[in-house]
Amino acid sequence: MSGLIQGPAIDVRGITRVYKAKPKDVTALAGIDLEVVPGEFFGLLGPNGAGKTTLIKILTTLLLPSAGTARIFGFDVARETKQIRRIMNMVAGGEQSGYGILEAREQLWMFSQFYGLGAREGWRRVDELIDAVGLGEQRHQRVSTLSTGQRQKMNFARGLLNDPWVFFLDEPTLGLDVSAARSVRELMISWRAAVPGRTILLTTHYMAEADELCERIAIVDRGRILAIGSPAELKRRVQRESIFRLELDRLSGGPAGLARLPGVVSAVAATDSPADPNRSARQTVVVNLVLREDSALAGVVAALDGLGAHIVALAKSEPSLEDVFVELVGRGFDDSEDTGGTDQFPIEPHEAGQPDPEEQL
Amino acid sequence: MAAPGIARPDPAPVAPLRLAFVGRPTASPQEAANWTPRQVMANNLRSVVGRAYPRVRGLTREPSWLLFQMLLPFLTTSSFVFVYRALDAPAAYIGFVVIGGAMTAFWLNVVWMMAAQLYWEKDQGNLELYFAAPMNVMSVLFGMAVGGLVMSSTRAVAILFIATVVYGVSFSISQWALLIAVFILTLAALYGFGMMLASLFVMWGREAFHLTQLMTEPVYFVSGLNFPVGRLGFIGALAIALIPLAVGLDAMRQLAFVSTGPTGTPAPWIESLILVVMTVFFIGLARWLLHSMEERARREGRLTVRWR
Repeated sequence: MSGLIQGPAIDVRGITRVYKAKPKDVTALAGIDLEVVPGEFFGLLGPNGAGKTTLIKILTTLLLPSAGTARIFGFDVARETKQIRRIMNMVAGGEQSGYGILEAREQLWMFSQFYGLGAREGWRRVDELIDAVGLGEQRHQRVSTLSTGQRQKMNFARGLLNDPWVFFLDEPTLGLDVSAARSVRELMISWRAAVPGRTILLTTHYMAEADELCERIAIVDRGRILAIGSPAELKRRVQRESIFRLELDRLSGGPAGLARLPGVVSAVAATDSPADPNRSARQTVVVNLVLREDSALAGVVAALDGLGAHIVALAKSEPSLEDVFVELVGRGFDDSEDTGGTDQFPIEPHEAGQPDPEEQL
Repeated sequence: MAAPGIARPDPAPVAPLRLAFVGRPTASPQEAANWTPRQVMANNLRSVVGRAYPRVRGLTREPSWLLFQMLLPFLTTSSFVFVYRALDAPAAYIGFVVIGGAMTAFWLNVVWMMAAQLYWEKDQGNLELYFAAPMNVMSVLFGMAVGGLVMSSTRAVAILFIATVVYGVSFSISQWALLIAVFILTLAALYGFGMMLASLFVMWGREAFHLTQLMTEPVYFVSGLNFPVGRLGFIGALAIALIPLAVGLDAMRQLAFVSTGPTGTPAPWIESLILVVMTVFFIGLARWLLHSMEERARREGRLTVRWR
């Protein structure tokens, strides 16, 4: 199937987006270049206000770039909007779309009509998707009574009504509890497995989610892409040394003896609490060992044998994507300044005295 | 920062899901993106039905509308009936009020559920989904109009029937075909006017909202919903030239109460032509405005902005 697909799924060249605002304009995207290949699960990882949502709005034809070009399977986002809208769909976290007075099944059918499905075909497709996302019991439940997690599953089904070739997921697990978030992630994985060749662009600020799901990730901050690569590649960028956690039954002389061995950068007794609750009972010693390269471990093992120490446990420590972000940006996600004007354009204040729009049909 | 519940998901049962996840298999995105004119037209027509659906379905979901949409407006109509009776006005005036009361349903629907609707749609997050879907957004406006027509027609028919029976209105109709044509043209022009106003909401939110609020009562007045518009002289003539409700209502009154004689306003066939021109003008303007506003909103980043 994918043999017939030509060119990149998403091709972004020099995209800039500036919002007019007071007291000064806000630059949400500052020259983004990006290429996503067909069938790829690609992640945009960055803190709030990084520009992820702005990029998705441009790619979904809802927003024009201030400069640069973007193409979806060769179709220009500025000019060929109809073609793009036929082959893509999108779901955002916290989405409250639709009409609360409708049943879940009816709401999905309504959206199926917007994608050109025939009336009967629409009902059939809706029923299939409702079962596929695990909402069978809620199919006749009013949308207004669905839980947040159920609603997001329904939104996911809505996003699949037109068999999208590119599926944009903007923080899809935002605000969901553990179980609902896991369900939504399982749906993403199941869909990709069932329909090879389809592309997902996921934005998230959950690092573990990006690490878990994405084949490649772009780390975005303040409208710029700082790095692109697979999670393993990104982590390797910050891992210049090999780090091991070594648990021994005893260690005469302490870790200082290990630090003098060839290839060992440092050997420090661990100060954190034991992961194994039985450890303290066994009186073991834990050492964090930093080596210039993995091969130096053989010398350490031989030296331990000479010291009469036995290895109880040995684990290699991997850097996290957060380590990568800190390395690239110089601060953690939680320390990020929320510019408040990049992903969410400045909003006007709520006008008092207006009726509740919930049931406005 | 931890994602909620991160854990390697269990391998999904792919085979049963495959059918569910594939609706219309296409060999390539290029094939899926290129629709025939027939597919485009079908998509637009189905979108009209799709958008009308929640309004029609809503009729059966909330019976409270019977009270708020039918019985309460009937009281307003009744108050004018009693005023005319107290003044010994001609019997046709009672009929004028009843027709005006029925047509009020359409005007309110146009103002609040057509013109202001995109305000709510944007607020609920629907608007960006409409624009991100492949249909022409004019289909959504037509769907809103069709759904609104069904809702309002129910109310209008109920008011017309109840008031006619309760107050003993006797119609004298000589040109049934023209009366029906004028009624349909009035609705077409009125909803075209609503679609035109709705287009403004894509770009201007609260400003358009205020404009709508501003015009509600004046249009009530100059349309002569509760009295013959000819009594307003120059203002009435101006209203007939500009406001679909005024011209349609006057034409329907002339055709439904032939015995009342000259009203000082143009003949019904001339007013029919005015309605045709208005329909074409408003729908054409709505289409142009919607396209222009969408482009401008995409440029300025307003399609996805909520007003709250």
